[in-house]
Amino acid sequence: MTLAQYGKGAPAGDEHHDAGHQDKHPGALEYAQIGVILAIITAIEVAIYYLGLSQTVLVLFLLGFSAIKFSMVVLWFMHLKFDNRLFSSMFVLGFVLAIAIFTIALSTVGGKLV
Amino acid sequence: MSATAAAGHSLETSTGLDNRKLLMWLFLGSECLFFGSLIAAYLLYRDKSVSGPFPSDTTTADGVFHPGLFDIPFTSVSAFVLLMSSVSMVLALAAIQRGNVRGMRIWLFTTAMLGLLFISGQAFEFTEFNHEGLSLSSNLFGTTFFVLTGFHGAHVTIGVLILLSLFVWSLQGKIGQAQSLNIELAGLYWHFVDIVWIVIFTVIYLIQPELKL
Repeated sequence: MTLAQYGKGAPAGDEHHDAGHQDKHPGALEYAQIGVILAIITAIEVAIYYLGLSQTVLVLFLLGFSAIKFSMVVLWFMHLKFDNRLFSSMFVLGFVLAIAIFTIALSTVGGKLV
Repeated sequence: MSATAAAGHSLETSTGLDNRKLLMWLFLGSECLFFGSLIAAYLLYRDKSVSGPFPSDTTTADGVFHPGLFDIPFTSVSAFVLLMSSVSMVLALAAIQRGNVRGMRIWLFTTAMLGLLFISGQAFEFTEFNHEGLSLSSNLFGTTFFVLTGFHGAHVTIGVLILLSLFVWSLQGKIGQAQSLNIELAGLYWHFVDIVWIVIFTVIYLIQPELKL
């Protein structure tokens, strides 16, 4: 089993499926639909900012919407939802380490998000 | 060499994957650490400045109220522009994967122009802040803010140069369906720059506690 087959369990020997999953990428219409959803979420984020919610509620909403936008771009536009898991591993490793540094730095040196 | 092989999707590597794409993902993983550190540094020092200007409404120890610097409506438009550039980038990739070179050119150029618009907005914002007395050395907020957003702006600038290079190469007939991986790699970089701004926009601009120093 090659590392490529570690991905989505595509049949052995089908290198095209193993390597890129390009044929499973969404079409232009789906990309446009995701773009509209991203734009709507951004508009909601800005609207929430002006609603005068308590800081805790505001932060929860904003971080939640930000995470949704982040995930949609990574999964659909960057194709991690469709591509080999090895690509995801590279990115997730860096992302998790970044979150770890972020958390350690803020908790030990005294910084805060809100 | 088959078109698929030329596109880099069936190369005989030890992983069975295209090394360039693997390297790009490894690079983007390392970039997470880079920007994660800069964002953490900003949050650490945001409320450690002893003199203004400040990012959000601040009352200093001497009782003086300082209004916040950030212009949320303006930055929201910038964030929207960069988000839409991600859409046009992925449409460029979809076009070239279908063999539509003309469509790819149009969307690539659109993406580059949206990127330029974003950079122009950032240059305007930096100039405005400078007029308000904020510089790289004025206080800790200025230092961490300009380093973070400046590095992001530099990434966008490099992305625009890459996109314009691909656009020119496509005009010269050097980019076709068989070279779609080049567009995909440029797209990965561009989308990463976009997701970094998604985080910066929320964490730096929208989440602003009122400071009492």
